[in-house]
Order: sequence, then C-alpha cells, then structure tokens
Amino acid sequence: MQRKLLALGVALALSTPAHAQSPEVATGPSLDRDPRLGPIGDVVELREEIKRMKQEYENRIRVLEERLQSVESSKPAAPATVPATTVASSKPTSNAFNPVISLILDGKLAGLSKDPATYALPGFALGAETGPGDKGFRLGESELVMSANVDDKFYGQFTAALTAENTTEVEEAFFETLDLGKGFTVRGGRFLSGVGYLNSVHAHAWDFADQPLVYRALLANQYKDDGAQLRWVAPTDLFMEFGAEVFRGGNFPAGGAAENGKGTHAVFARFGGDVGTDSAWRVGLSRLKAKSARRSTTHNSATDLFTGTSELTGVDFVWKWAPNGNPKERNLKLQAEYFTRDEDGTFDPASAGTPFAYRGKQKGWYAQTVYQFMPRWRVGLRFDKLTSDAVNAALAGTALDNQGHSPKRRSLMLDYSNSEFSRLRFQVNRDESRLNEKDTQLYLQYIMSLGAHGAHSF
Amino acid sequence: MKKLLITLVLVCGFAGAPAHAALRVFACEPEWAALAQELGGDRVSAFSATTAKQDPHHIEARPSLIAKLRQANIAVCTGAELEAGWLPALLRSAANASVQPGTRGYFEASHYVSMLEVPARLDRAEGDIHAAGNPHIQTDPRNIARVAAALAQRLAEIDPAQASHYRARHRDFSARWSVAIQRWEKQAAPLRNAAVVVQHKGFPYLERWLGLRQVAALEPKPGVESTSAHLSSVLAQLQREPARMILRAAYSDDRASNWLSERAGIPAVVLPFTVGGTEQAKDLFGLFDDTVQRLRGTLK
Repeated sequence: MQRKLLALGVALALSTPAHAQSPEVATGPSLDRDPRLGPIGDVVELREEIKRMKQEYENRIRVLEERLQSVESSKPAAPATVPATTVASSKPTSNAFNPVISLILDGKLAGLSKDPATYALPGFALGAETGPGDKGFRLGESELVMSANVDDKFYGQFTAALTAENTTEVEEAFFETLDLGKGFTVRGGRFLSGVGYLNSVHAHAWDFADQPLVYRALLANQYKDDGAQLRWVAPTDLFMEFGAEVFRGGNFPAGGAAENGKGTHAVFARFGGDVGTDSAWRVGLSRLKAKSARRSTTHNSATDLFTGTSELTGVDFVWKWAPNGNPKERNLKLQAEYFTRDEDGTFDPASAGTPFAYRGKQKGWYAQTVYQFMPRWRVGLRFDKLTSDAVNAALAGTALDNQGHSPKRRSLMLDYSNSEFSRLRFQVNRDESRLNEKDTQLYLQYIMSLGAHGAHSF
Repeated sequence: MKKLLITLVLVCGFAGAPAHAALRVFACEPEWAALAQELGGDRVSAFSATTAKQDPHHIEARPSLIAKLRQANIAVCTGAELEAGWLPALLRSAANASVQPGTRGYFEASHYVSMLEVPARLDRAEGDIHAAGNPHIQTDPRNIARVAAALAQRLAEIDPAQASHYRARHRDFSARWSVAIQRWEKQAAPLRNAAVVVQHKGFPYLERWLGLRQVAALEPKPGVESTSAHLSSVLAQLQREPARMILRAAYSDDRASNWLSERAGIPAVVLPFTVGGTEQAKDLFGLFDDTVQRLRGTLK
C-alpha cells in the first residue's frame, strides 16, 4: 500500500512540473513567434530561467521522495526485500516492555596442589568465600541479569546469582536516575561499590579466573552492600567523575550494620582521557570508611570478631592500547591497583569473649597485563603482593599475625573467545599465600553469555 | 580528602561552563559527524566517537567519550544495535539528560531508511546479526539524503533559534547531493551486475544502489573471523563462478582478502566505508567520489 502511494506520489510529482515548465514547450516554435519577445539574448535568459526552475522542481521532487520514504520507513512494517519477516512484523505486544535479560553461565575445573580448606593469608582476617575454590569440577555462579528503563526518569537492574550450592543470592538490585542532568546520577539499592577499578566489574568480565589477592584480603573479592550513591561527571574534555556512597555496612570489610545501618561511607574520583588515537587511560582514587560491629571472619574453622573502623585508601590505573584504537584485531591492557587499610578497634579471636585492642595497617597491590595477540586469543600475566603490620603478643597466632610472611602470587592466563559471548580460559597460579608453602593452582574455566548484548564499561 | 574533592568539583563546574554557543553534536560514526557539519556549518561543532579505522561494533566505552557525551546537545548514531556494545554504557555514565533515548537529543539514523537484511530468525548461531537489519546504511548516498532531511529537521527542533539556518543549509546540501548522486550513478553504471565478494556483510546498501551482486563473504557468519577452511571454500566457489573483486572496509584486517585476492586472481578493493577511510574521503562527497573511483578501478 505504502509502496503504491509512494509510486503514485512520485509519478504525480514528476508529471505536474514537467507539464507546467517543460523545456520543450519553452523552446517550441510558438514562443519564437511571440511578438513580445525581444532578440536572441532574451531567449537565452529565458532558457536559463527555465533551467533553474527545472532544477528547483527536481530538488522538490527529491525532497518529496525523501519525505515519503521516511514516512514509509518509520512505520514498523518490514521492507519488501525480506520475504519472511516474521520477527519484524509479528512482534507480540504484551511482552514488548519486558526487561532485557542476559544469563551468564560459569564453571571451572580446578587442580590445586594444596588442600583449599587450609587456605590462609597470614596477617589478614578473611571474609566469606575468599579461597582458591574447590578442587575438581565446580559450577561457578550462574548470573541472571535483568534491566530496563523503568520510565523516562529511572533505570533498574537486578542480578541474581545462583550458586553451586543451590542457593540464590541477590547480587545487585538497584535503580538509577536517567535525567537528573548536569552530569548527576543517583543510585539506590544493592550494588557493587565504585571504589577501585575491579570492584565494580562483574565476575564474568574479569580478565583472570580469580580476583587479585588485595581484593580477596581487603574487600572479600568485591565490596557490595545496600546503600545509595551519588555521581557527578564534570563538563570537561578531560574525563572527571566524582562519587560518594553511603552503605548499610553489612558486608566485609564492614560488618554488623553498625551505626543503625548507615555507618559505611565511600568517596571516589576518576580521571581519564586518550593519548592519540591508540591509547586511553583512567586513574582513580578511592576511600572507604567501614564501621564494624562484631564483624565475623573465619580462621582455622573458628569465628573471629572485629569491632571498630576500617579505612581503606586506594589508587587504580588502567591503560588500554589498540592499533588505531580498533581493539578487534589486537589490543593490550595494563592495569594496576594499590590499597592500604587501617583498622582500629578490638579483635576477639575465636569469639572467646576476650577482645584485644587492635590497630594495624595492611596493604597490597597487583599489576597485570592482558594482550590480545590475534583475534580470539588473549594472554595475561599478573603479579600480586600483600604486606601487613606485625601484631603484639596478645594477638600472636591469630589470623592477624603475619608470622613474618608477605603473601604473593604469580598468574599466567590464556583465553579463547569464539565470539564476544563465549570464553574458554586456562590459568595457572604460583600461589605463595600460605606460610612456607607453594600452591600450584590450575584452572580451566568457561564463561558463556546468553541473551541480551551487554555494554561493558571501560 | 572530602574537602579537596568538593573544591575540585566546584572548580571544574565553573571552569567547564560552555564558552561558545555552537550546538555540540556527538556523532557515533564519522559519516554522521560530517553530515551534521554539512547541515549546521559554523553553528555546529561535531565530534565523532569513532574513526574510519575502527570497527563501530567493537569500541571501548572510553573515559574521553563519556566526557564528550556529557557535554553534547545531541547524539547522532546509526542505531539498529550497531553501537549496542558501548553506547548504552556511555549514555548511563555521562548522565546527560538531553541526549537520553526518547528525548529529541537522541537521533538514530536507521529509523529513517528502509532496512535491508532484517533477519527472519534471531539466533546467535547466525553470528553477530542485528534484529533491526543490517546497520551499515551509510554506503548508499540515497540513505544519506533521507537521514539529512530528518537530521536537519531535528537540529531545527533542538535549536529553534537557528531553524531557518538549518533549513537553508539542508536545501543547499540536498541540491548538491542530488546532482552528485546522478554523477556517481552514471560513473558506476558499467559496474551493474558485477559479482563481488565482501569481507564483512557491510555493503548491502551499496550493492543495492549500484546493482552489485554479492556472491560470497569472507566472514563465515557476520562478525565471526574467517577461518582457512571457509576461505578455501570461497576460493573453490570462485573457481566455479568467478567474481570481479573483493570488497573490504578501511577498518578491516587485510589478511583474508589479500590471501583470496592472490589465489583467485581478482583485485581486493579497500573502500573508505565512511568519511576518513581513505585520504580522498575527506567529506561525504569525497566518500562517494572515492568509493565509485575505487570500484571503477577494477574495470580496467
């Protein structure tokens, strides 16, 4: 129908002006005989005039054509070139507003030379699920992510993690503003804190099978909690973003939802830009002040309790390079982070009811590089190190006693991605987390993304 | 620390206030930056998020792009999921209310043209396909004309004080563009019905415009890198039914097409694909001048 209309419109448009101002008519014999016409010069002028008019009409026709075309193409009907357009034309309307859904499948085969049950980082009280994982085949977290614009002002996202132990965990569930404008965004709910670089990166987007030791030790892999976040992006060509967060304080390095469930605060600042067309960088500064009331950590199957404050300060740096800024063929990523944490309060080993005063500094860093040397294939190298203050005699032999040891680890990774939706990874760690013991850890991992195409941040 | 941050925020807030009043256009691809510049002239300052040497499917959501989008008055993108891997991340990070989807500051060019290759079946096993159809609409100048009409109208809407300026510039552009299309069509007439092999299925609009016949693609599935097995099968096919040339975009890797070019004895032609893809493709006119020129080069 629209095609016919278009054809009709074009035909009309073409025919009408041609009759009105046809050059054949203008140069016809009747004109030559007109007594009012002057000498040849006038005829030439007239011809020029007619030529201009003709051009103008042609342009008008084109504009008309374009309008018709745009009217036609703005309709959802499928173009005629595709005979079977069931997808485009027969969309059911009842679920058209359903959230965008993506599902992540993740699993590992692990070979560990030491018993993971004996895993420890001397000098550090560890949060839950922070070891090297189980030996053998093990399902990772299957993540179900749903997101959509709620309306014109809000966006919502929900991530459920289904664990290998058949439990369901709400990993993230937050809303975010869309149109506060002036570079401001407010977020509320449960989410990964914006501190550091890797803290807010979802596990399926990590470049290694496990988190750096400094994240494992100081943030229990990733700090997420219930709270609110305010972000602001500066209107400058140099990227500058500032953020502030308030959290309930229910998760490590906080614990026990101190100060009526709003005692944990964080601030961060990020700066970034390009160097030429090949390279881009980002630098971040962050600070997290967590209040704990009987925060529980596990050491030698006993529960230790900490009450007090943890102040974490971090610097992160990322550099990405690709020839012409086109990462598809080859690209390189350099990344390093440093964190230091001051803890001040009381530590009650094995919850014996005899808390000791504790004040100490723990710090660590990692540096890693991942190189995609050809399409599909990437290789990565990572170095990790942690150090902590010595403790007094009262705390000797507890998790906080570093026994003169500085944990470190080296990792080598090779992964293959058939497409941006699938990844197979091999990783080997030379892990010196434990005192006087070297653990060789081998991982074979798969990460599969089904459904919606997620956009990844830098 | 907090005081320092607050001071920084305030300083940046004032220092970053816009000094000039030109309409800031954030274009996802170079062709739309060039078009916005044609339509806006000095009233528009257009920035392209990508270059012709970059695959627009695979772009990092770089901090510099967030900073640019944060300051934009309008975002002009192809749409049809071409930018699905990076634009949503930029839009959410930049927190710029005036360019969010659904507002007049968000313009998707693919809404204004008839899409080709709309898949009848959506399955990732088919490769990187787009539900809305093939997004590489800029290779047909008639599509550029359609988008130009819509974009001129949109610019006039978001900058009403300059509406007549955009309309006048569009009339002028449209007249020059129509004449140029006729020229290109005449120049490319001998190419009608020529069989071509493409690297990536990036040229259906060009093929339809000039009547080229695509007989094979070097990517076994859209977005999937070519394998040696697939290349061999294309070579075998070309020995049965020869093609005139192999087409690839300026951003594509040259290995696969060069390999096939040598063995099949047909030229591999690099097309600018967008503004800036070759030295000659300095603007939209240069883009098609050079595209037609390079295609004609295979006739000798």
